[in-house]
Amino acid sequence: MIDLFKDLVNWASGPTVLFTIATLGLLAAFRFTQVWSKTSAKVFFAVLAVFYTASMWDPDFFLIVAKPDNIPITGVIFLVFFFTWFAMHQGIQNDRRSAGEGEVLEKQESEKVWVWPDLVYTEMLAMVILSIVLLVWSILLAAPLEQPANPADSPNPSKAPWYFLGLQEMLVYFDPWLAGVVFPTLIIVGLMAIPYIDTNPKGNGYFTFRERKAEIVIFLFGFLILWCLLVVSGTFLRGPNWNFFGPYEYWDVHRVEPLLNVNVSDFFWVKLLGRPLPTGGFFAALMREWLGILMVGAYLFVLPVVMSWPRDKFPTGLKWLSCHHYFEKMGATRYYLGVSLFLMMMSLPIKMYLRWAFNLKYIVAFPEIFFNI
Amino acid sequence: MLNRILAPLSAAWKEATDSQVWTSIFRHGKPVSNRNRALVMMSNVFLHLHPVKSRKAGIKLRYTWCMGGITFFLFLVLTFTGLLLMFYYRPTVEYAYADIVDLQEHVPLGIMRELHRWGAHAMVITVWLHMLRVFMTGSYKPPREFNWGIGVVLLVLTLLLSFTGYLLPWDQLAIWAIAVGSNMARATPLLGTEGPLSASLTLGDISLINAGNDARFALLGARSVGQPTLLRFYVLHCVGLPLVAAFLMAVHFWRVRKDGGISGPM
Repeated sequence: MIDLFKDLVNWASGPTVLFTIATLGLLAAFRFTQVWSKTSAKVFFAVLAVFYTASMWDPDFFLIVAKPDNIPITGVIFLVFFFTWFAMHQGIQNDRRSAGEGEVLEKQESEKVWVWPDLVYTEMLAMVILSIVLLVWSILLAAPLEQPANPADSPNPSKAPWYFLGLQEMLVYFDPWLAGVVFPTLIIVGLMAIPYIDTNPKGNGYFTFRERKAEIVIFLFGFLILWCLLVVSGTFLRGPNWNFFGPYEYWDVHRVEPLLNVNVSDFFWVKLLGRPLPTGGFFAALMREWLGILMVGAYLFVLPVVMSWPRDKFPTGLKWLSCHHYFEKMGATRYYLGVSLFLMMMSLPIKMYLRWAFNLKYIVAFPEIFFNI
Repeated sequence: MLNRILAPLSAAWKEATDSQVWTSIFRHGKPVSNRNRALVMMSNVFLHLHPVKSRKAGIKLRYTWCMGGITFFLFLVLTFTGLLLMFYYRPTVEYAYADIVDLQEHVPLGIMRELHRWGAHAMVITVWLHMLRVFMTGSYKPPREFNWGIGVVLLVLTLLLSFTGYLLPWDQLAIWAIAVGSNMARATPLLGTEGPLSASLTLGDISLINAGNDARFALLGARSVGQPTLLRFYVLHCVGLPLVAAFLMAVHFWRVRKDGGISGPM
């Protein structure tokens, strides 16, 4: 019975299943907003806590979770869940208030109060509590110190600090120039651009969901799934050779995973036309990759334009693609900047699913100049 | 009975608070009257980050989660514990690891390294949560767009501070984490040896970008993680990045006030 449960959890923790479940779960929670209630939070946290505590008896789970530097990840799991729930819960309560007769809570309490004592005492209390937490944590748990540095002996797996493991996880799907340089830059630029792209005047200074659905769905998908989930799975579920291991699995250094990944050019030339890849020279390389180049070009440069068209230009079934109202509301510059950043963000899940479904390695591959997408 | 103990104590307290020393430090009475509640904010350099009065909803814990304040407090804790660690730590390949072992084994009740490391992990998380809160309340919207941008830079600085500090114990965990992290720089377009298009930067037959001058070399100060890297990361960790962070924090807090204080419905 327990083994069956463990096998189930191991299976559900696989990158494909976990990512899909988490994404669908999040989308469902945005659709059925009543799940952000106090009762479901209690049930959810109880289940999570029981799962976590019971799992400590499994030696493989314990080994990973109890590693001193992995303690923050447990913190991330519980804190991020809690505060996401807390924000959504307050937002939905406010939505109910403003849908009825009332005003949002933050507006009801708009009278001014003295900062001493009302705020200063809170801050004082926060400092005291935090100091106690830090002291207890530090007394109970020694900071990790491994063997002295040895440049000749690389550990397997070699992992970046935990907060960069989302980026390291991206290396599975993208080359380092994208996963390690371009995407981090785009994350920073994209975050800074948010206030200039988002022209929705509502929801400024109070929790809400209804008035800012698109913004919140996109941001939380990025933060929870593409960042936090990848950090957590990168820490707990990636073992030697960056292979996937379930939470109850032993990190076997000798496990070999077959790599049978193929490029779009292989699909087109070898599998579809049954010919060898064109070789020799620059133009042969361009010819080899024409389909991939077309696909990436269409995704990044044509799709945003198409998406700006009004709904009636789309055939039935594709009407959801139309972002014409955003184009109207935001203006061309904001719209193209926003949509481009969004499409860049979505390129990660798209590439993930292409890998899982077709073993696709590169859409465009110019290994000659390290330009692979 | 109780009175006989308390009476002299309160007399002594009154004596102390009436003394010239006390009144020279605190220019006003206890903040129990509204006048003094205003004065305490205006006459105290630390408290004057606050306004005298604030909207009730804005300062509620359920609204701010106090995450920004907690992050700042952690920064102060890290500055203080980091300073103490600097007394014992020498950033050389020869001594770095031994100094950490010394700290662990020869300092009685020493938990400074623990406070520093766990505090740093906690700060990364609290910065994320602060950002989550600011996003979920729409507090980046006008007039606070610029301050959100400052906040994003502070997030990056927090991660860089943590990253540079990760190397300093000079153990296996440290150098390989930095090796993995910095390997990415090799793939920088144009500026990394294995980056797209960098091979096209040539002068005649000579390639301009090589392992001895590319982006990764600039980060590490060497072709691999070594003594120059340790010194570079140490200086950045202890001086460079904290200075920039402190500077931007000043701007961040200043702008919180100038943009209308803690956000609230218009």
